[in-house]
Amino acid sequence: MAKHETPLLDQLESGPWPSFVSDLKFQAEKRAKNEEGIEFQMPVDVVEDLLGILELSFKHGRTHWKHGGIVGVFGYGGGVIGRYCDQPKNFPGVEAFHTMRVNQPAGKYYKTDYLKQLCDLWDFRGSGITNMHGSTGDIILLGTTTKQLEEIFWTLTHDMNQDLGGSGSNLRTPSDCLGQSRCEYACYDTNALVYFLTNEYQDELHRPAFPYKFKFKLDGCPNCCVASIARSDMSFIGTWKDDIRIDQDAVNKYVENDPAYPANAGAYKGSKDWGPFDLEKEVLGLCPTKCMKFQNKKLFIDNANCTRCMHCINVMPRALKIGKETGCSILCGAKAPILDGAQMGSLLVPFIEVNPDNDYEAITEVIENIWDWWMEEGKNRERLGELIMRQGFQKLLEVTGIDPMPQHVAYPRTNPYIFWKEDEVPGGWERDVDEYRKHHQR
Amino acid sequence: MAFISTGYNPEKPMENRITDIGPRDYNEFYPPVIAKNKGKWSHHEILAPGVLVHVADSGDEVYTVRVGGARLMSTSLINEICEIADKHCDGYVRFTTRNNVEFMVDSKDKLEPLKNELSSRKFAGGSFKFPIGGTGAGITNIVHTQGWIHCHTPATDASGTVKAAMDVLFDDFQDMRLPAQLRVSMACCLNMCGAVHCSDIAILGYHRKPPMLDHEYLDKVCEIPLAVSACPTAAIKPAKIKLDSGKEVKSVDVKNERCMYCGNCYTMCPSMPLADTEGDGIVLMAGGKVSNRISDPKFSKVVVAFLPNEMPRWPSMTDAIQRMVEAYAKGANKYERLGDWAERIGWEKFFEVCELDFTHHLIDDFRQQAYMSWRQSTQFKF
Repeated sequence: MAKHETPLLDQLESGPWPSFVSDLKFQAEKRAKNEEGIEFQMPVDVVEDLLGILELSFKHGRTHWKHGGIVGVFGYGGGVIGRYCDQPKNFPGVEAFHTMRVNQPAGKYYKTDYLKQLCDLWDFRGSGITNMHGSTGDIILLGTTTKQLEEIFWTLTHDMNQDLGGSGSNLRTPSDCLGQSRCEYACYDTNALVYFLTNEYQDELHRPAFPYKFKFKLDGCPNCCVASIARSDMSFIGTWKDDIRIDQDAVNKYVENDPAYPANAGAYKGSKDWGPFDLEKEVLGLCPTKCMKFQNKKLFIDNANCTRCMHCINVMPRALKIGKETGCSILCGAKAPILDGAQMGSLLVPFIEVNPDNDYEAITEVIENIWDWWMEEGKNRERLGELIMRQGFQKLLEVTGIDPMPQHVAYPRTNPYIFWKEDEVPGGWERDVDEYRKHHQR
Repeated sequence: MAFISTGYNPEKPMENRITDIGPRDYNEFYPPVIAKNKGKWSHHEILAPGVLVHVADSGDEVYTVRVGGARLMSTSLINEICEIADKHCDGYVRFTTRNNVEFMVDSKDKLEPLKNELSSRKFAGGSFKFPIGGTGAGITNIVHTQGWIHCHTPATDASGTVKAAMDVLFDDFQDMRLPAQLRVSMACCLNMCGAVHCSDIAILGYHRKPPMLDHEYLDKVCEIPLAVSACPTAAIKPAKIKLDSGKEVKSVDVKNERCMYCGNCYTMCPSMPLADTEGDGIVLMAGGKVSNRISDPKFSKVVVAFLPNEMPRWPSMTDAIQRMVEAYAKGANKYERLGDWAERIGWEKFFEVCELDFTHHLIDDFRQQAYMSWRQSTQFKF
């Protein structure tokens, strides 16, 4: 018999998609039985009360959580989000229900012994409810009390060699796509770079010293599977400088509709029949720069005019490969709409080498120049994108020492209101008005 | 429930303290076939919805079965995932950036037993635990935020709206009939802790009422300067208020017409709650993308200004989403993302074919960029 009736939530148990309600109910029963004899450090009925308070929100159409104020582990300013419910008498199990962010491994690969260890810890000291994963990328442990925080942190660091992630005005946990580990499109090793940056900037991640949050996201190629271009203050997107590699035999297999060469790697093997693959229409015709042609069974790419959009490679992955001279582009300032509207990342560095042998020094130099500027000039709660808007893209170029180039703009400015610098104008701005008046009467 | 310490001594917090060690080294977690062939993959193929093979230059193959799941997940379910991974995948498993789970095996003969195991497992309520799908020209899992399960500023629930939406979109999770991939994302308030502003279809929780002011308690529980500075539109100023009792208290005044309902003041000051049964609901956005493929990445546009919260299954919301998906499936060209399709046919046609009302709320009036979205041309369709 459930502790609280949940008639509204119960309606979310049907339907094919995995039901979080069923999962929570099972967890509640499992805790109540406690066959493993765990000495729960959270109330045994925490999940029942979680279901109960969620049902109440479904009834009211309003949340029942309060902001939690400041809780955390000693010496860190992030990684823990305090949370209390506003109905502690009726739902005492979730009176305090803090979140811990656990820094996920690159590529989100796991060994089960690690996950099981984490589950044991969370059954013992928390609600046993998680997010796999949170929006920023962390493993989210959902629901524990203040007193448990240091103990959980102790076990994570001592027994699991595992640290917390970021929250608040600091470097948020960097995240990446799976990159070269299992993707032929990846232009650099995202897993290695995200691991390096996360470790290199542990201080910035744990101790808030920034004007606001700062996100790194790493995409191995312009397909942008982790949405870095839309979601991160600094976005590292893999690209290449040389030519797309072409296997002409494989191109012709696609043209001949060889079943071992399905268009777009089989992405259209669904219930709709799109007819036979048509290279002219589906690849050449859709190329945004029209830099391809197919003559005498041979595909030509005018690589100097290719913008590396990935379409042709996505359609014919067995025939076309990314170039060999690979690295990444850096884009800056992306953010969700609040407050001045959404910003997409703006291209700052068209190509930069991704070189683990020198500790990625080209990349860290750009990062640290940007941080120096933002920490000096950024207002409280001002994201990098907003600072760039306020002080100008030119300022971003100045602080990073990067020369302006046409790649930086979609098109040049449409107004002539250029803020010339004094040293750019011969003779400067100090002039002798008396000398002027000798030739120009008042 | 006696408190048990593992080793932390509150008297000496620095004793044996370990900090700044970062995440686990990913190299420990790669399955052997991944570790061996990293950086040397030749190509991949989607064999069926949710089933992929990646082929390495060495000739090695890794077969992946992708399954959907609620990102809100119990340790019981994670342990079940581990049990399957131990049985079929030598104890390795991975998660995707869109809350899917991927089980990998290194030969084709291991694929069928794994698939059978995953598809056969169901929750007591009847839903699948591990539905296979989420690849190619279909709809994959919805990325989302916390909602009513854990957040203090949501205008709707996240897990509930996602379950309701994925149930109606389920066929497209297990099919690949669409013109291109279609990404649905969900954020439960305008702060978008999960950014949804570049999704093919975005579900966004939205408040429509400014905060209430609990004057009697405000100065007792809040730092008024923090509440004032929390407001992104400078709508809040300090004020002296006379209570009904005649007592004068320090509080704040909110210029309601400047409020954009973000709830940042409530984060700083619990005496300024803004959640409201009638005020809160759903905004739908459409036509965004993050990929650079063919066209540039682009923002989603607001296509439905408001739908009420209809617990537990949000039927008005799921109906509108279904109409968009069906119109897109019918009208778009192969490889054309939803936003590219809407731009090609024109947004005026988009509203027509999706059977969505166009109201004044959908015309941008927020700051300077609003102008960019008005039509400066005589080219339009009747």
